[in-house]
Amino acid sequence: MRELCVDIAVIGGGPAGLAAALEAKRQGMEKVLVIERDFQLGGILPQCIHDGFGLHRFGERLAGAEYAQRFIDEVAKTDIQVCLNTMVLEINGQKELYACNSQDGILHVKCGAIILAMGCRERTGAQILLFGYRPSGVMTAGSVQRYINIEGYLPGKKAVILGSGDIGLIMARRMTLEGIEVEGVYEVMKEPGGLTRNIVQCLEDYNIPLHLNHTVVRVHGKEALTAVTVAELDAERKPIPETERTIPCDLLVLAVGLIPENELSVKAGVELDPKTRGPVLDEEFMTEVPGIFACGNVSVVFDLVDYVSLSGEIAARGAAKYVREGYADTGHVPVEVKGNVNFAVPQRIRKGSDAKKVQFFLRVKHSQKGARLNCLADGAEVKKRAFNRVVPPEMVSFEAELHAADSVVLEVEEE
Amino acid sequence: MAEKTFTCIVCPMSCSITVKETPEGLSVTGHTCKRGEAFARDEFTAPKRMFTSTVVVEGGVVRRLPVITSAEIPKEKMAECLKEVYQVRVKAPVKCGDVVVPDLLGLGVNLLASRDVDAV
Ligand code: SF4
Repeated sequence: MRELCVDIAVIGGGPAGLAAALEAKRQGMEKVLVIERDFQLGGILPQCIHDGFGLHRFGERLAGAEYAQRFIDEVAKTDIQVCLNTMVLEINGQKELYACNSQDGILHVKCGAIILAMGCRERTGAQILLFGYRPSGVMTAGSVQRYINIEGYLPGKKAVILGSGDIGLIMARRMTLEGIEVEGVYEVMKEPGGLTRNIVQCLEDYNIPLHLNHTVVRVHGKEALTAVTVAELDAERKPIPETERTIPCDLLVLAVGLIPENELSVKAGVELDPKTRGPVLDEEFMTEVPGIFACGNVSVVFDLVDYVSLSGEIAARGAAKYVREGYADTGHVPVEVKGNVNFAVPQRIRKGSDAKKVQFFLRVKHSQKGARLNCLADGAEVKKRAFNRVVPPEMVSFEAELHAADSVVLEVEEE
Repeated sequence: MAEKTFTCIVCPMSCSITVKETPEGLSVTGHTCKRGEAFARDEFTAPKRMFTSTVVVEGGVVRRLPVITSAEIPKEKMAECLKEVYQVRVKAPVKCGDVVVPDLLGLGVNLLASRDVDAV
């Protein structure tokens, strides 16, 4: 067993982890370690070849791979230690972790602080009750993306897409360009799951129909997929038999949501928020286990990579402070959400008399034209913002300066 | 005279912008900012998009190299660009930003590598 001792260990070398590691270095941390299970850094970004990344951070429309490369290049200029092909097996509340790879066998790492940056994974066919056998040809949008963009392999000739999450929309365009016929996108909900600009530039640009209030009721084929049956849903979200339609296809692409990958966090005793499915965080992105921080899509599923990087930097500043000064628990004030707010991160604020800047990320429950956001601390308004329009797929992020003793409230109401 | 409504894709606000042909030129309404106005004008006269794809890379740690154009290209040239790009083979190592195809189809934009690929 190889023993290591580091100031900060970052689990996951995607956009959140890389931003966190770099910020930890800037904060003066001596030994920073990044542990990545893949053979390369960048997380999911190397397979995101489309543009639109980094508008906020760099003011440019970069490809995903390009955005990752900027951070990878920065890391290469530092003495951040990177372990690739290394799987973290366990973290504990004493801030120790166990990992393994084929060179070192088991690694035992004692950490001043740990930053969780494992990202999220896609919901699969097994999680959405697809009726029928389990033929080949049913796969997540991310798998299709990997086949086409990394392996250079086309996994089918004619596709149906279930779910209108962003990766599904991006892959509708990509498959069309690569010569896979995309019959249509079927979405269970009455509103699309992805960003409006992706509906426009990925579906409308290529005349791909979007069927809202529809689902796949059956997959056909035993060994390989031969067709799917789709149907419209009634007001109770039950399929209407008369609307059933069978579409021959050899590929069913699932874009039905993302789930933060928190198995390791839970083992370490980290409490999860049932709404975000990520750890309950304070304003420094520290979990309820002192010294364990979280950022990126493992903390809450973000829609923009720029926010993912930003959250990594917040967590790293918190972790560096923890390593330097330790942490005294002065109690917490829960962040209460009201009106159209579905959930917000951070979920709680450390009690204290000093005013501090807090970066909030929130999602609304339903779309709304003309909305006003208010942030109140101990009853006093500390931030307000007006929006022409808010929609669930588009996260709202803002900074507020506050100190709180009793209450913090976030609300989005009609203007 | 022609009139068209577009959803702006420049930022997440997704404004609905209407462009109308008038004797005095194009009239644009519904945008919130200048970038949206410029987008709608382009969309009405000559729509443009970034082009991204992959090309074969030999002797590298991965088999496909992602590529992106240095600026937007006319939307109707997408299919032609894809065909052109399929012919391209490059050898590792490649650096992010390397020019893979100069002046793609004479459109005045370069096709660039969008990541590093080290040689094995
Ligand atoms: S017009 Fe301006 S504000 Fe509206 S979507 Fe376009 S870029 Fe955004």
